[in-house]
Amino acid sequence: MAIHNAHAQGFAHQFEDMEQQREAGSLGMWVFLLTEMMFFGGLFATYIVYRALYLPSFEIGSHLLEVRFGALNTAVLIGSSLTMALAIHSAQIGKRGAQVGFLITTMILGAAFLFIKFTFEWHHDYIEHLVPGFGFVIRPEWGAPGAHVPMFFCFYFFMTGLHALHMIIGIGILTVLTILAHRGRFTPQYHSPLEVSGLYWHFVDIVWIFLFPLLYLIGGRYAGSGH
Amino acid sequence: MSEHIVSVKIYVGIFVALLCLTALTTGVAYIDLGAFNTVAALAIAVVKMLLVVLFFMHVKYSGGLTKVFILAGVLFFAILVTLTLADELTRHWSPTPTGWGTLAPLLSRFF
Repeated sequence: MAIHNAHAQGFAHQFEDMEQQREAGSLGMWVFLLTEMMFFGGLFATYIVYRALYLPSFEIGSHLLEVRFGALNTAVLIGSSLTMALAIHSAQIGKRGAQVGFLITTMILGAAFLFIKFTFEWHHDYIEHLVPGFGFVIRPEWGAPGAHVPMFFCFYFFMTGLHALHMIIGIGILTVLTILAHRGRFTPQYHSPLEVSGLYWHFVDIVWIFLFPLLYLIGGRYAGSGH
Repeated sequence: MSEHIVSVKIYVGIFVALLCLTALTTGVAYIDLGAFNTVAALAIAVVKMLLVVLFFMHVKYSGGLTKVFILAGVLFFAILVTLTLADELTRHWSPTPTGWGTLAPLLSRFF
């Protein structure tokens, strides 16, 4: 026991050393992220199949989304990934104030993403009668493919909704981390909670990196593509 | 500690590269490339994913075990998509095949 007591803060006795503990923690988080990948993967696979079946309808639906908001949100989320990485970097070099600052910035950027998503996009879609199940109106100018435009919007709302849910959970995790970081719980020797939460945050970023082109861009936005 | 500390310079460089790729993928969508619009969009997304995974998620500096786990996950996702499409695409084949020409309408639905 004397040897173990000599170890740094946060060391669990079942591990050989801090290095092994850190690697085991990251690997465990990766296993969880892989289950998440299959979870989102089911939606992505279904999207691919239905897009193949109803391509003209999906193009009409895609063109009703505002690219500028999608692109802006991509930039916001990439920015939050940078600040998350910098928060971990601050812990690695033992800067507590910077850690707290970067974590709060990450939360603000995450909240900004959700604000843009809900206010400028979802709310606008609701006003435009583009939410399936809440007064969706099939417009006559869409022609025959119009019948399957609600299908696209089902995918849009389920995929972006599931992603937004992950963002909300991520902001909750960041809140706890910020408090812990403020109390000085993370040191250059021990910062696994930050590291694995960072993996989660970056994973959610990657999901959006694929959602943006799949929902907003695919089929092209040039004149003459779709409608 | 043998933990690799990535420099701030690299993080910022990756961030800038990701922003440039976002601008690129948005810009490319406004150019008519036919089937290659889809290919370009997905290729750029994959490059962005690799940048995030390798640098922000530190996989470049992780051990082989982590890398093998991730590749296994990617493999299973590939199986999910490939087998689903294999079923979905072949289901609609003409009952009286007339050679490779029958594939054309199926492929055209994708691009």
